[in-house]
Amino acid sequence: MRHLIDILDLSTQEIQELVDLGGRIMEHPERYAHKCDGKILATLFFEPSTRTRLSFESAMLSLGGKVLGFSEAASSSAAKGESVADTVRTVSCYSDIIAMRHPKEGAPVVAARHSEVPVINAGDGGHNHPTQTLTDLLTIHREKGRFTDLTVGFCGDLKFGRTVHSLISALSRYEGLRVALISPEELKLPSYVKSEMLKKKGIEYIQTTDLESVMPQLDILYMTRVQRERFFNEEDYLRLKDSYILTPEKLRTAREDLRILHPLPRVNEIAVAVDQDPRACYFKQVRCGRYIRMALIMKLLGIPEEE
Amino acid sequence: MVIDAIHNGIVIDHIAAGKSMELYDILGLGRLDCTVAILKNVPSRKLGRKDIIKIDQLLELDWDLLGYVDPNITVNIIRDDIRVEKRQLKLPERIRGVIRCRNPRCITSVEQELEHEFKLTDRENRIYRCVYCETRYSPPEDPRE
Repeated sequence: MRHLIDILDLSTQEIQELVDLGGRIMEHPERYAHKCDGKILATLFFEPSTRTRLSFESAMLSLGGKVLGFSEAASSSAAKGESVADTVRTVSCYSDIIAMRHPKEGAPVVAARHSEVPVINAGDGGHNHPTQTLTDLLTIHREKGRFTDLTVGFCGDLKFGRTVHSLISALSRYEGLRVALISPEELKLPSYVKSEMLKKKGIEYIQTTDLESVMPQLDILYMTRVQRERFFNEEDYLRLKDSYILTPEKLRTAREDLRILHPLPRVNEIAVAVDQDPRACYFKQVRCGRYIRMALIMKLLGIPEEE
Repeated sequence: MVIDAIHNGIVIDHIAAGKSMELYDILGLGRLDCTVAILKNVPSRKLGRKDIIKIDQLLELDWDLLGYVDPNITVNIIRDDIRVEKRQLKLPERIRGVIRCRNPRCITSVEQELEHEFKLTDRENRIYRCVYCETRYSPPEDPRE
């Protein structure tokens, strides 16, 4: 039985297969409308989320399956003190596959150890968010047609931004990656991510606080939100939240084929005026999220593409 | 000071001075019924000072855990007054229930029943990471850095 806890649980070949399948589903969703007839997805969201939960539910419903679950810990037995292990043991009796989000890092590892059905990590605190990474990868592949030879700028909260860590980790396996890390001092990429994913693999990277200085070199600009929920101290959040705001003026020196991604939700780090720019891809990215999750559900349930 | 030689048992030697009590706890020697001698600050040509633990019984323990504490430790197995084996220690691939994850965001910080577990991710630099949150084990205040 396969689970997806970390993006590195998937080989580059498996990622390519998922991206290809996601792309085919996107072109002809009707051909996949009954792939999961009779199957149930449980969405266990111990932490609020809009798009991740809805995209999982939409994915399963689009495959002909059904969904059940809860959208906050308060409406589950966790509020009574039930452990993750017991919750998952129980829910795996009611469902065929589980998507779980939890505020504590590593909770999906516990879930996978006790589940009788595949577990998908739908985000564990500031740690991993592999299905967002798959979404990002599908978007990049559709926009750029490749994962190799890319210069990718990551901007904003690189310390707590789990989507950043996961995407760097996934892209670090491809040839010709160059990375620009753009963040305030306090939200720099943790040194262990730098040493294990960039330095050890000999990946070229620069670290800067100045977005505009690297803008002309970028193929991809991955913007992130400074997340209030990751701070223990409200003062630090307020001081750092507006560090980077992407505006049409800041994009003046960017290349025509730049693509702007953001895992969303945004607060104010991308001005609404940028939405009209053809280089803005974050709403296309949302669309990709549904189709890549359909592909992932099929893969983990072992459902063949052709009958 | 004279401590009797053991006839059948184990001598854990070349323990860094002052580390023997830590080892005593990690190996759970307090649970044994046999004689256990702890020698602290023994003069040593190699180390200057060292600790030694003598266990008056032959038993199987998780020796690799000692490799985690200090790879220079030697374990001698004594049978009928003769050293029959000198064990080479290596870093264990996994450490369970000995060291604790300090990351306040880790699932182990709220689920008290979960056994703390670390895996060796870099043998050369002796780096262990929590199997749940991947935080590196180290005593400093900010384990992420």
